[in-house]
Amino acid sequence: MSLILSRRDLDFLLYQWLDVEALTRFPRYAEHSRDTFDAVLDTSEKIATERFAPHNKLNDQHEPHFDGERVTMHDQVKPALDAYCDAGLMAAAQDAEFGGMQLPTVVEKASFAYFLGANVGTSAYPFLTIGNANTLLKHGTPAQIDAFVRPQFAGRYFGTMCLSEPQAGSSLSDIVTRAEYEGDSALGPQYRLTGNKMWISGGEHELSENIVHLVLAKVPDDNGRLIPGVKGISLFIVPKYLVNADGTRGERNDVVLAGLNHKMGYRGTTNCLLNFGEGTRHRPGGKAGAIGYRVGELHRGLACMFHMMNEARIGVGLGATMLGYTGYLHALDYARTRKQGRVISGSGKEASAPQQPIIEHADVRRMLLAQKAYVEGALALNLYCSQLVDVQHNSDDAAERERMTLLLEILTPIAKSWPSQWCLEANSLAIQVHGGYGYTRDYNVEQFYRDNRLNPIHEGTHGVQGLDLLGRKVVMQDGAALKALGAVVARSVARAAAVPTLADYAKTLGESMQNLAVVTQRLWAAGDIHKTLANSSVYLEAFGHTVLAWIWLEQALAAQRLPADDFTAGKLQACRYFFEWELPKVGPQLDLLAAMDTTALDMRDAWF
Amino acid sequence: MKALVSVKRVVDYNVRVQVKSDGSGVITEGVKHSMNPFDEIAMEEAVRLKEKGKLTEIVAITIGGAKNEETLRSALAFGADRAIHIKEEGDVQPLTAARAFAAALKKEGAQVFFAGKQAIDDDANQTGQMVAALLDIAQATFASKVELDGGKAVVTREVDAGLETLEVDLPAVITTDLRLNEPRYLKLPDIMKAKKKPIETVTFADLGVEKGAALTISKTSAPPKRSKGIMVKTVDELVSALKSKGLV
Repeated sequence: MSLILSRRDLDFLLYQWLDVEALTRFPRYAEHSRDTFDAVLDTSEKIATERFAPHNKLNDQHEPHFDGERVTMHDQVKPALDAYCDAGLMAAAQDAEFGGMQLPTVVEKASFAYFLGANVGTSAYPFLTIGNANTLLKHGTPAQIDAFVRPQFAGRYFGTMCLSEPQAGSSLSDIVTRAEYEGDSALGPQYRLTGNKMWISGGEHELSENIVHLVLAKVPDDNGRLIPGVKGISLFIVPKYLVNADGTRGERNDVVLAGLNHKMGYRGTTNCLLNFGEGTRHRPGGKAGAIGYRVGELHRGLACMFHMMNEARIGVGLGATMLGYTGYLHALDYARTRKQGRVISGSGKEASAPQQPIIEHADVRRMLLAQKAYVEGALALNLYCSQLVDVQHNSDDAAERERMTLLLEILTPIAKSWPSQWCLEANSLAIQVHGGYGYTRDYNVEQFYRDNRLNPIHEGTHGVQGLDLLGRKVVMQDGAALKALGAVVARSVARAAAVPTLADYAKTLGESMQNLAVVTQRLWAAGDIHKTLANSSVYLEAFGHTVLAWIWLEQALAAQRLPADDFTAGKLQACRYFFEWELPKVGPQLDLLAAMDTTALDMRDAWF
Repeated sequence: MKALVSVKRVVDYNVRVQVKSDGSGVITEGVKHSMNPFDEIAMEEAVRLKEKGKLTEIVAITIGGAKNEETLRSALAFGADRAIHIKEEGDVQPLTAARAFAAALKKEGAQVFFAGKQAIDDDANQTGQMVAALLDIAQATFASKVELDGGKAVVTREVDAGLETLEVDLPAVITTDLRLNEPRYLKLPDIMKAKKKPIETVTFADLGVEKGAALTISKTSAPPKRSKGIMVKTVDELVSALKSKGLV
């Protein structure tokens, strides 16, 4: 049994629930069929199991080291990534001309799920590279694509995204990295960048020939002043090594590693403070300043970067999901083999009877069932969102494309935040199932927990996601996104209402959605933006649980159509768990929101 | 020079195989299947020999039901040029398989027949040897090194005493052992290319082979559970325990 991901579950989600084979109706995927999807999943499972999983713990115990000159890391990281790149996985979703196989996004994400579950630290390098290359593919010029995108899809260059600065994390409007125009070049308008970027994953390493940094910076106005706010931000390609006209590696650019951050988890990924334009060790063209090529229009950088950020947010959700998923499988395996105590039978406990596997204890099954509901639900949501991307990019029906866009807008904060919160909780429960052993570093589950603790923080914190959902997404275009979601949920509710075993859940979900809509209206009727948004993270959680109840009802609908077996029984039981144990948590949250509670808002700094 | 490589679809090596409750066999329904790992090694070796210019064509061959096409597609993605699918839904015993492979080998005029030394489902370790016997050609089994040159093959074999090197005339049967090579991972673009490569479907009748059943399976059962060990306090106690069991 794989301890990374259940293939039976993945097959169920892809083929029996989402019917991803139907995507072959689009010309882009016409050459595909289930056997090509399966072959990709088989290869991914194999490479993840054989090359990524074995060094997951080693990567954590021997984190990358910076001696002031070079970064060194565990020697199994590079061969694993070489195997990944050689198999063509970096370009899986791309056109054949980029070495790709035009794999649908949903299958690409399912494939990548294996790597995230096997070794999240090593997987961060391809994760960032693919996001970087996709962003440049959309916004770069043909010359920029040739110089920086092709080598990334070929696995020769890796990529990063450089947004945060030591003084500006969530608040991007306050970045001060400066880009001074120098003249035009074959690779676009050329600038000299100076500044510092913080929390840059994959910012320095020797795993690839070159590193392509996508950097947000501000171009000063005629008076040399930076434009305040996000409107002044532009996007730049800053390669570690400049690229010659013939594609060979050129001079070392003026971007240097100032230091590595020492993290709680995700230790296999170098996380860097980068200095741009130090002018001491590297002076390209004999001058200080990191050479950067502008991508897209001046002052429109953040819009371009959002392309990468939205993709990264769903990706972070998937990473959180997979850490929870592998933790759940580890806990399940442990619970089936670890013997401890005896279950009370008819006349009480029989002390002389052999000890039983701990899965025989009801409370252990409760913890496993909670994990199952969180991780399988989260995976289903992430794959659902990925399939929306496929339809959004390929449908020839403009109204359908628009609907997919709206659904993605409103579901992205959930796809990011819900797994980050609840699959982390699953990791906590996995430790609990292991008991004292789970708290030791001899077992794997404590690392999953530490790794997963990052996910509610990066790519927009939990609080930022709450503001995005309540402050922006549910009210965008007069609530069009919320209406689009309401419509798909209503369809599931109608289908489930016709199934006797699911009719009660259908009714509950219908009411829950209704309450959510009422509360949303009420919050926005407050007439005071501070009051509206005061409890947005509670709103995010209530919204997320309602969405997941819908996802579980959908899975139950798919499962009850199949021949009854242990697998389908497990799905139906997890659905029951979600509706009986989890969805009721939403009621008090909505009450608190509807009451416009201001307890947190009214609290004063001095009172702490 | 052409090589025929047999690839068998078996229950994946990671699956914990379970015996059916009526003892008629093991559960194969709803269980992950993949290419027999020893056959993967045979495929890899053939592809490496082709990359070195020692082979000009690789033909993958399998016997089995419709799902075996997946295994052939994997072989084609590995690097086989085309494939032959001997369609048969029922159970096939080693001798029947060997007769079919022998007929195909003759028909194709292939110089080398590569196969895994055994398949991990029944571990019979018979088919390759039988193919050689039926055609009265040389065999070099359990290969850990293979060199092809000028109508001959030099094969290093893994035997109980160590390694044995044989030189055999072609055509010959070569069955592959674990240490011969490490099979590559399939490349995604090759998975797409494999879709366009031809698979020829034939039946036993087309090959002039009658499906025999020389063996009957009377019962399948799980191996007996290991009984609990005992701790002895002294060496003397150990020796007497071994003696009483007739082990020394």
